[in-house]
Amino acid sequence: MSAREEVLGRIRTALGGDRPRVAVPPLPAPRSLGRDELLDLLAERVEDYRATVLRCAPDEIPATVVRGLDSALGTGWDPAGVVVAPGVPAAWRPSGAPEDDGRPAVGLAAFAATLTGVATAIAETGTLVLDGSPLSGRRALSLLPDVLVCVVEAAQVVPDVPDALARLDPLAPLTMVSGPSATSDIELQRVEGVHGPRTLVVVLAG
Amino acid sequence: MTTTPPDARTDPTPLAPGAPRSGTTFLGLPTAPRGVGHLRGEQPFPDAARTALRDGQLRANLGRATTTIRGKRAAVVSEVPHWEQLRQAGKALKAATMARLDEHLEELERQVTARGGTVHWARDAAEANRIVTELVRASGTDEVVKVKSMATQEIGLNEALERAGISAVETDLAELIVQLGEDAPSHILVPAIHKNRSEIREIFRRTIPGVDPGLTDDPRQLAMAARAHLRERFLRARVAVSGANFAVAETGTLAVVESEGNGRMCLTLPRTLITVMGIEKVVPRWADLGVFLQLLPRSSTGERMNPYTSLWAGLTPGDGPQEFHLVLLDNGRTAVLADEVGREALHCIRCSACLNVCPVYERTGGHAYGSVYPGPIGAVLSPQLTGVEDNASLPYASSLCGACYDVCPVAIDIPSILVHLRAEHVEAQQRPTAEAVAFRGLSRVMSNPRLWRLAQRAAGLGRFLARGRPTLPAALPPPASAWTRTRDLPTPPRKTFVEQWTEEHRS
Repeated sequence: MSAREEVLGRIRTALGGDRPRVAVPPLPAPRSLGRDELLDLLAERVEDYRATVLRCAPDEIPATVVRGLDSALGTGWDPAGVVVAPGVPAAWRPSGAPEDDGRPAVGLAAFAATLTGVATAIAETGTLVLDGSPLSGRRALSLLPDVLVCVVEAAQVVPDVPDALARLDPLAPLTMVSGPSATSDIELQRVEGVHGPRTLVVVLAG
Repeated sequence: MTTTPPDARTDPTPLAPGAPRSGTTFLGLPTAPRGVGHLRGEQPFPDAARTALRDGQLRANLGRATTTIRGKRAAVVSEVPHWEQLRQAGKALKAATMARLDEHLEELERQVTARGGTVHWARDAAEANRIVTELVRASGTDEVVKVKSMATQEIGLNEALERAGISAVETDLAELIVQLGEDAPSHILVPAIHKNRSEIREIFRRTIPGVDPGLTDDPRQLAMAARAHLRERFLRARVAVSGANFAVAETGTLAVVESEGNGRMCLTLPRTLITVMGIEKVVPRWADLGVFLQLLPRSSTGERMNPYTSLWAGLTPGDGPQEFHLVLLDNGRTAVLADEVGREALHCIRCSACLNVCPVYERTGGHAYGSVYPGPIGAVLSPQLTGVEDNASLPYASSLCGACYDVCPVAIDIPSILVHLRAEHVEAQQRPTAEAVAFRGLSRVMSNPRLWRLAQRAAGLGRFLARGRPTLPAALPPPASAWTRTRDLPTPPRKTFVEQWTEEHRS
């Protein structure tokens, strides 16, 4: 008998013929928040992870992205060191910043910073979700460079985790990002920045 | 009053092919085999605990760490007004999943396969190790990077790979500390919780080639040393091995929850990804993650959300691994499923909240439990995976205070399972234990008024031994010492209840 048949057979033996019927209670409804409260909550929760949040009007995104890169890299940074996800609107891109050219993923480690959009953002938990689309970029793009700048637009913000899942494609390669890379493995003291980007800047527009 | 299980981890007996390699449950379902993996200790819990309790540094490290994490958890749980409702939803979802486990696994297999993955089934640890070793060999590499995973620790995968000439590099910071220090993990979430910063600095100084000799014990500096040490390994790795926190049957989506980004490195950069997952980790629907992704981080690291959660379904051209293998592991889980009371232990989402609140764990640490699953959940899971005879002391490694049940995000009734397993252990005894003899005697005395009065009078002797203290001395002569060594026996009152009642009601 194959291992598959044997394991499935064991499960059937263990459960017997009379399987319990389990009713799953309905999920609690998320907090109902107005648009401004939602954005405030997202900003507060992202900052809690010691990420930088820069808020702006939609037409101020390009200037705010530059301001974010200034704060992360120091003024005078080289635009050639900032790699941009292919779906990021032209207007948001710092001039001279190259687009991800599809090179082997490890080659992305050479860049100092990455600029992407997001698929959705979760206010309650301060989470950005990247979905591998041209706007979010492939997974390695938001992982290898040490600085990650993400632009979030107001309409992308949802209250809680279930709302985000409902918007996302379960077949896409998804990454949920809540603050910079961190560890609490040494005496449970939180240290930001281990293997992923050590600096996270969120430009929140709207 | 437990029997001593045979030393099973180092069992040297070679196993004949086809011979029963492990115990079986009453339905004939095999438990996790002996001689492979890390589910059995070398000593019974009370002996191992006694050694641990003598280590003052260990107790100080544990006390500090568990106090911190308890506070963080309590803060983020209390800000969710519907926490109890979420918890009950988590419990019901797990129970519903277990009731149809075979169907969900078949669906998961269909979905993963449809998206370019390959699904393997492993009856036990030895088979899972063999499957992974062969897959790594086929890829032509002798080094794999690993994401922290309880399942691969349980089956002893690193040792199996090493025997095949393949080095497995642990990339989680705490796992790296444990691996470099040639130590064993002692906590589900923070495997190096028993080490403090200066002990960790010493391990790094001794074992990381080219590390800055001026390395201080600042956690930030230590984390940076690990980053530098692993960076190049991530970039050159061709094969990664991970576990999985969840697998969604209806979509074939796997989920790994982590903090450092080492998980993302492993799940994204190598060409081949091998994921080893216990069969109980499947959830039926995509929407179910909405419950578990709220419950897990708050219970585990005490954060609203962990820094990184990776979700993937099969292969994505141009993004991430181009070969994906999913190994579905039984290793005693179906034997646990056969027990209607004990099966709830399979609901565990490995958050480790129960370890952090347990008064026993806080004092003994994880090594005393002898299994990769320590603490309250380990005390109910390990004996069921191995058969209770191989971990017979673990169901007693608890004061039954119930703190574990209160914090469990999926409301596993751990105290009830502990009591259930104690009963199972007692019933399996061939000869009467000292405890059974004592209680039989007590039953005879208590059913005879004359004997009872005599016994009460004899108990007055205890007042003499106590010399005015509220409890009897711990050093009573045997056989009474078996009881008093670990328990306070109150000094008998001046008057028994009956004497006092008679006195007060005489008039």
